[in-house]
Amino acid sequence: MTTNDLSTETLRAMWRDMLRIRAFEQGALYQSTLGKIHGALHSYEGQESCAVGVCAALKPGDYVASTHRGHGHTLAIGATMDRMMAELFGREDGYCRGKGGSLHIADVAAGMLGANGIVGAGYAIAAGAALMQKVKGSDQVALVFFGEGAVTRGTFHEVMNMAALWKLPLVMVCENNEYAQYMHWSQTMVFESIAPLAKGYGTPGITLDGNDIRAVFAAADAAVRRARAGEGPSLIELRTQRFQGHSSGDPQVYRSKEAIADLRRTRDPITRLEAELKAAGALDDADAIRREVEAEVAAAVAFADASPYPATEEVSHHVYA
Amino acid sequence: MSMPETRELTFRDAIREALIEEMAAQPEMVIIGEDITPGGGTFGIHAGMAETFGARMFEAPISEASIVGVAVGAAMAGGRAVAEIMYSDFLTVCMDEIVNQAAKMRYMTGGQAEVPLVVRSPIGMTRGIAAQHSQSLEAWFAHIPGLRVAMPASPACAKGLLKTALRGRDPVVFLEHKMLYGTKGPVPAGDHLLPYGQARIVRAGDDITLIATGLTVGWACDAADRLSERGISAEVIDPRTVSPIDWETILDSVRKTSRAVVINEATLTCSVASEIAAGIGESCFAYLDGPVRRVGSPFVPKPSTPGLEKLAYPAVDEIVNQALSLMPRRQGR
Repeated sequence: MTTNDLSTETLRAMWRDMLRIRAFEQGALYQSTLGKIHGALHSYEGQESCAVGVCAALKPGDYVASTHRGHGHTLAIGATMDRMMAELFGREDGYCRGKGGSLHIADVAAGMLGANGIVGAGYAIAAGAALMQKVKGSDQVALVFFGEGAVTRGTFHEVMNMAALWKLPLVMVCENNEYAQYMHWSQTMVFESIAPLAKGYGTPGITLDGNDIRAVFAAADAAVRRARAGEGPSLIELRTQRFQGHSSGDPQVYRSKEAIADLRRTRDPITRLEAELKAAGALDDADAIRREVEAEVAAAVAFADASPYPATEEVSHHVYA
Repeated sequence: MSMPETRELTFRDAIREALIEEMAAQPEMVIIGEDITPGGGTFGIHAGMAETFGARMFEAPISEASIVGVAVGAAMAGGRAVAEIMYSDFLTVCMDEIVNQAAKMRYMTGGQAEVPLVVRSPIGMTRGIAAQHSQSLEAWFAHIPGLRVAMPASPACAKGLLKTALRGRDPVVFLEHKMLYGTKGPVPAGDHLLPYGQARIVRAGDDITLIATGLTVGWACDAADRLSERGISAEVIDPRTVSPIDWETILDSVRKTSRAVVINEATLTCSVASEIAAGIGESCFAYLDGPVRRVGSPFVPKPSTPGLEKLAYPAVDEIVNQALSLMPRRQGR
């Protein structure tokens, strides 16, 4: 499949999926200001084309390991907003019965092995899931999302080597949003780009504009096909941006309000695809879709509000089998 | 009931047999570790296994964190994984994967995920290899909810506890003492499994309870022999697993004997021995004839040179002396 092969229907669905992530994140941040969410949120706003474009290349049965910024990946792989919102609200009907919260949100049945509070922990978990596919002789793959800030963890290099050594069906997707918490990557890394690191591990690496959802899909699709064919891992670096701070408590002293406004104006993957689809006359119903998505978020909030908190005895459940 | 048939096996072969049986029985079980295929590993545990199970044995680079991390991922994705870490001192390199990932995955996901993983690693003293190859870090893992921690002291315990770990659904840190690998003992034939959280009364006694783990179980038995020469009857208890701890067996014994010495090879500060001593103090205070005594390593790293090295470990003499200090004067002094 080439980039031009994406049908209008697929692109419309991608636009809608991005919109759903944006609306969920904005809804969650708002609910957080109302005191309904116990703990920090790491908003995915701005990076939606990465999760949606990449996950469109996956099939049921594939695995995804995520980061602390995991809501977008979780939605993109097929989780439902209601159980996600209930998880953020700490309620019994949340995916993790309220015990994981935002930082550990997971939909294991859908193959989403969890957001993770430890930066750089996802590589090996995904590689292990990939290794099992090799053992089982299945054509399923595993994919790990990580930020550019996680590339300096030793585990990145350990897993790049192991995955290439064992030809694991693993796709490594770096979402380079330039900031590791409050620190611009130029301050902590000597790399000008992440993808070339793959070369030393005998692995294909590619850097591309993460806002170009066609290119994101094409790269992910190629990497997933390579993995399914037993040809080994790939590294994809997506240049992206987050519109919110590192977490909901981040005052963002490291960048100006103007810079953020400029990002929203010039680097929004949703408006980019929207403009393209509208120009082609393929998104006349944009407002109706927006209303649907907003209704979905409102229903998720109502679902979460109605769900009880877990019973006190649950504190000691799920420690062991 | 007839006695089960037993064979004499070394501790090493008992572990190997458990791995072979479960690899044969479980097609989705994998083993990951360093040097596991050429000679079966640094301690020879996997000798000869690669011929049969090579496709499921992953010869790993020196990447301990990711060896365990990959094992966690494989376990989460429907497999069963064994990670061998060559020396338990190197477990410090994979603490995130054991403590933050494996141990907590079931809980964090509200029961959606599980991690049927065994991390096997040799612990404890050997001659002269000093501070980074000789530690007993079981307390680090016993401290973490979500992990089970086994410290077998005999070949039969090694096989039975490992088989149970390999059938269970929770992560287990399985700590094998290097000095025990060559020791021999009877191991029941057939499908031998031992429960976690069930101590073994190694020898029965009435006057004092010696609770010991791993290599020090043998030392406690030596101490009990010497105490018996003085007419003191010591009960020796091996908890076998230090998470969970079989409190019932320990406390029942102390209520009977009114005296306890808790022994482990680890540095005594914040050790499993300290935990057991505290538990006895809390639950059996009224039964005790004296303070609960502890024997363990002093608060120093392990030196290499032999004269200093022996000072950095506990010894049988110390167990005997601590036991005698608790006895009425006519017996003890």
